[in-house]
Amino acid sequence: MIDPRDAGIALRLAGVRRVLAVSSGKGGVGKSTCAVVGSLILARRGLAVGLLDLDFQGASCHTLLGCRPGIPVEDRGLLPLEPAPGLRFATIASFIGERPAAMRGSALAEALREMLAVTRWGALDVLVVDMPPGIHDSTLELTRVAPATRHLVVATASRVALAVAARLLRYLGEADAPVVGLAENMRRTAAEAGSAVPALAAREGISFLGSLPFDGTLEAATGDPGRLVLTPFAVSLEQVFVRALGSDLDPSP
Amino acid sequence: MHEWALAEATVETVRREAAGRRVVSVQLAFGELQQVDRDIFAAAVAECAAGTGIDASVFRVEEEPARFACRVCDRPWSLADVPGLTEDEREAVHLLPEAAHAYLRCPGCGSTDFDVVAGRGVTVTAIELETEAPR
Repeated sequence: MIDPRDAGIALRLAGVRRVLAVSSGKGGVGKSTCAVVGSLILARRGLAVGLLDLDFQGASCHTLLGCRPGIPVEDRGLLPLEPAPGLRFATIASFIGERPAAMRGSALAEALREMLAVTRWGALDVLVVDMPPGIHDSTLELTRVAPATRHLVVATASRVALAVAARLLRYLGEADAPVVGLAENMRRTAAEAGSAVPALAAREGISFLGSLPFDGTLEAATGDPGRLVLTPFAVSLEQVFVRALGSDLDPSP
Repeated sequence: MHEWALAEATVETVRREAAGRRVVSVQLAFGELQQVDRDIFAAAVAECAAGTGIDASVFRVEEEPARFACRVCDRPWSLADVPGLTEDEREAVHLLPEAAHAYLRCPGCGSTDFDVVAGRGVTVTAIELETEAPR
């Protein structure tokens, strides 16, 4: 028995120059905020950007974007939503709204394969993927079906977050999944910069992409893409994404 | 018609497996849960197969009944055992069968923690290829 979606995924991703997964060990380190605001920043820079929310049990990109995703338009597949100018977006919330869905590992992997096989992103410079926390079924499945995916790992300076991020980095290394680097989120004081997170990056032999300040204005900007990109957090995040993407930011050949 | 994407994926799968050999028959299973439209799928297969050397008439479809098993009370159940879905819910499950976990419940205990044991979506169950190279 063959699952035709594996071939379908390759066709659907053929026009995507780079898949960038925003990953973390622990939940609650601001991964979705990084993925959403980073996508908005890249779209404002004129890149063709897609955003896929793969955190099926904690889908929150649509909340950050302030949209209520409806059923996607069907046209030889499913067309992504456009919640902000230049940003194409797909989420499980299009199909289940805010209902809880009791999905175990195999169902999560099925849902990931289905969404990747039928969503028609078209030509994209970058597809940003908001991952679920940890070494999850979705992490394993994305690594299998889209092995060229690069991971941007987000951690805070908390020893709890660092220990789990270290395990994720070790897993990604063993799975030969490319890691573009580690970013520190929720830095509270300037003195914290240059502390534990860059040290972890150095230990693991990966790039440290920069520190993002704890930004008290983010909560009020949540749901408003126009305000999110003007936060102090967004200004720092732009540099993190520029370092993470490198030459992928150059105009398409 | 998102069936088109599934049909394109199916033709691409067969093309890869055949690797230039003539395709004699392709057996597909359509899971009851996804409710794929056979006519739309067949039309899309015909369009996608054009130019690949694969004859669209070799595709055979068999319906596979959806079967579920409750993780809480162990009860096996089918779609006939539960209330029908609204049109919007059916559409959501058609586009993403895992949405069933938001709309269906075990008829025994009401849990949404169940496994889809069979009849989920589209699978290629058999491909018969010509073994001798054509003269």
